[in-house]
Amino acid sequence: MEIGPTTHYVMGGVRVDGDSQMSDVPGLFAAGECAAGLHGANRLGGNSLSDLLVFGKRAGEYAARFAKENALGAVSSQAIESAEKCALQPFERKSSENPYAVQHTLQDVMQDLVGIVRAEAEMLQALERIRELKARSERASVDGNREYNAGWHTALDLHNLLTISEVITRSALHRKESRGAHFRDDFPAKDEQSGKFNIVARKGTNGEVQLAHEPIPPMPQELQQIVEEMK
Amino acid sequence: MATATFRIWRGERGEGQFRDYTTETSEGMVVLDVVHQIQAEQANDLAVRWNCKAGKCGSCSAEINGMPKLMCMTRLNTLPLDKPVTVEPMKSFPHMRDLVTDVSWNYEVKKRIPKFQPRRPDAPDGTWRIAQEDVERVQEFRKCIECYLCQDVCHVLRDHHMHDKFIGPRFLVYAAALEMHPLDVADRIPELTKDFGIGLCNITKCCTKVCPENITITDNAIIPLKERVVDRFFDPLSKLFKVFGGSNT
Repeated sequence: MEIGPTTHYVMGGVRVDGDSQMSDVPGLFAAGECAAGLHGANRLGGNSLSDLLVFGKRAGEYAARFAKENALGAVSSQAIESAEKCALQPFERKSSENPYAVQHTLQDVMQDLVGIVRAEAEMLQALERIRELKARSERASVDGNREYNAGWHTALDLHNLLTISEVITRSALHRKESRGAHFRDDFPAKDEQSGKFNIVARKGTNGEVQLAHEPIPPMPQELQQIVEEMK
Repeated sequence: MATATFRIWRGERGEGQFRDYTTETSEGMVVLDVVHQIQAEQANDLAVRWNCKAGKCGSCSAEINGMPKLMCMTRLNTLPLDKPVTVEPMKSFPHMRDLVTDVSWNYEVKKRIPKFQPRRPDAPDGTWRIAQEDVERVQEFRKCIECYLCQDVCHVLRDHHMHDKFIGPRFLVYAAALEMHPLDVADRIPELTKDFGIGLCNITKCCTKVCPENITITDNAIIPLKERVVDRFFDPLSKLFKVFGGSNT
């Protein structure tokens, strides 16, 4: 039996309001692993399940309330058309780029260069590789029809996988310290200043990843009290 | 590394043919790994349903060399790799594409079975007292992962297509779990006799043989239910009493 450390959880995710679980896109809620912020720099065993129970319930309740209080927004037929066209592109492409090959290469790149122990030179190399893979993903083509076509789904996933991989890499590059599971070989010590903000990634006007610092809000008094009591 | 050939059913809505795929195999691989590898390298649009890869979600049911099995729990070292390994979809349900079938009939059947109905609490605080022995009896039935391999192998469904008259081994197990539950007071025996068609099962035990959770379906679930049906409706002694005792029995 082989035993080794592995990547098994994404601690970053969609930035949401802690009470309602709503993102800054009105009506879009996130809870669980796809939402960010709950676990700090390292999720401990068992905490994912309690996260789901507490924040899943909140997300459900607030989403239901939001749906009752807000009328259905207008849908742009142009947006639907363009999304549909985008989704069907892998069937129309004539190239023979295999979506699985792109996905597997991306997995290897992230495992090797942005893995458990990270360093600047490797991560810069990873960004270069991700750029190449983006170009390949835009050529990914599939056969068959739309029913149960996992190859097509993989081709559609590539865009998201590549985006998230780039955000992870750029955020890790930006962090000039080690904290919890964010371990940098070239910055092994914890930096006190870096503990005061979150690194938030947004999409820029040209589709590029923009990073910003958002101060970590102070702990609510009632939670602070519990921490004190447990000391 | 050795190569092996997998003969996989490709097609839609029951129409199709086997296609051979030769691929590299390595130690510890299961059939689902091979199917995924073929999907990634040779047949991107190969349709296959799967989820947990750990034998607990019941999604990757298929027929491997003719035997209903979970693809994720079938190790290659249990198969003869010197000849092609056939992988085909389940036969008891409508075919959709490649290895995927439409199992929604099962969900409809489950809705028809009367739900758990507990007796009134034994104690004033709203709790019950149950003997450990009674708890243990139904535990086995609760291991079911609803892979529907038992439904696939059952000749009443597979060969005779009596889906409208027979609920199949999976739901006889489900009914048994409820009927034998120490708190349950609902009566499912009349339905088991008529609408659920328990009499159609002639205990060939194929369902028991294919169950990946090793539930003793026939001996522990179906036969005890059949006995309850017989006691209620076909007991020769009570029939005699009925004949000679008038209509007041």
